[in-house]
Amino acid sequence: MKVVIEEDKCCAAGQCVAAAPDVFDQRDDDGIVVLLTVHPPDDLAEGVRDAVAMCPAVAIRVEQ
Amino acid sequence: MAEKVADSEVSEGLPKYPSPRAARCPFAPPPELLELRDTGKSVVRVETWDGTTPWLATTHAAERELLSDPRLSANIGAPGYPHTTEAMKEHSAHMQPSINNTDGAEHSRWRRMLTSSFTRPRMQKLRPAIQEITDDLIDKMLAGPNPVDLNEALSLPLPSLMICELLGVPYEDHAFFQEHAGATNARFKTAEQGAETTRVLREYIAGLIEAKIDQPGEDVLSDLGERVKAGDLLMEEAAPLGHILLVAGHDTSANMITLGTALLLENPAQLALLRENSGDPKAVANAVEELLRYLTIPHLLARRAVVADIEIDGETIRAGEGVIASLPAGNWDPAAFPEPEKVDLTRKASHHLAFGWGPHQCVGQQLARVELQVVFGTLFRRIPTLRLATDLAELRFKEDSQAYGIYELPVAW
Ligand code: SF4
Repeated sequence: MKVVIEEDKCCAAGQCVAAAPDVFDQRDDDGIVVLLTVHPPDDLAEGVRDAVAMCPAVAIRVEQ
Repeated sequence: MAEKVADSEVSEGLPKYPSPRAARCPFAPPPELLELRDTGKSVVRVETWDGTTPWLATTHAAERELLSDPRLSANIGAPGYPHTTEAMKEHSAHMQPSINNTDGAEHSRWRRMLTSSFTRPRMQKLRPAIQEITDDLIDKMLAGPNPVDLNEALSLPLPSLMICELLGVPYEDHAFFQEHAGATNARFKTAEQGAETTRVLREYIAGLIEAKIDQPGEDVLSDLGERVKAGDLLMEEAAPLGHILLVAGHDTSANMITLGTALLLENPAQLALLRENSGDPKAVANAVEELLRYLTIPHLLARRAVVADIEIDGETIRAGEGVIASLPAGNWDPAAFPEPEKVDLTRKASHHLAFGWGPHQCVGQQLARVELQVVFGTLFRRIPTLRLATDLAELRFKEDSQAYGIYELPVAW
């Protein structure tokens, strides 16, 4: 699984961090999403899918 | 702009929006709204208070699609924008651009001035402070008169204290701004009342920012003051931002605490489940998402103006027309939440629309979540005998406010 984020779409709602804290963080100075790992291991895949479903700005995509 | 059908030509026989809730079921969205959702059309035209005929979106999928579409604008002055009240309509003509009424890159610029103050990691760090305030308020409640109005004892002071702390607004002034914040959300206010309340609150915030430019603290208004001083932001722009946060920051959470408590007291099995699991942060967090879904405090939102034609579900929505994405209807859409009329605190509900959807989704949602998790995890554990001190039928529900809730909730223990 490969995670792609689009920073300029991100509205810093923090939903991705709630869904998958090991994959996403928020930048301190503007709250924009930070991708901690581009290829999360399988056991984090469900959280990543939740993050995709919960991101209000449609800023997260999963490839493969 | 594309050609627009005159409202008078299409309004004949259209369903009226909003419709009233059923008295026996004040927690559920209006039955007529749910009927519209069940027609199988995800967007329908409705007639609103001023005779205009915007589109109403009622399904979870259509609302998510529309609210993240850049062809929809949050600009309340744009042609076709479906205003909630007379006051808003009047106000829209001389509205300053800000976080809530701009789009695209301009909106991002506004939003990013605030997002650092409300990130999830930051809000999690506030949990001990929120817990302390909650415990204090409950101590006071237990030591005071019984029964008591939960709004006054807990629901309002908690979010109010927190947003004051974050913004750097002196809590001593709470009687003043709570009154004005309540007036901001009232649906049937006159244009003059709306304008006056806005003016008074903005002046108040501008005064505070002014003072913080000289003596900055660690709070949002000081950060805004710094930007004003650096010339990145005008005072006329900074004050409305502070105003929006102050109003949005306490009225909505307060309504959620009161309404959520009433709902749980009416659903003893779910309440028992919550109480049993109150030591499990995950279970409590999950319960809060379900309460948010079920109750959908901003029940008359979200509203947009269409700036370029859109095709959705076989309909063409044209530039210059309005869209209301009914958040309660989307949150009660069985396609997204099976058996939506059941409160089920174990349900996976975090994709709900209670904070809106799209780039305008609530900036303060992670703060609200921590507050609600602390309150609902603490209140019933500390006061296991809590009960309504009146009949549900006696309660005054806030049909007339943009933020749904209950005016007074007498509780006893
Ligand atoms: S959920 Fe989406 S909008 Fe929110 S912080 Fe994550 S990427 Fe950004």
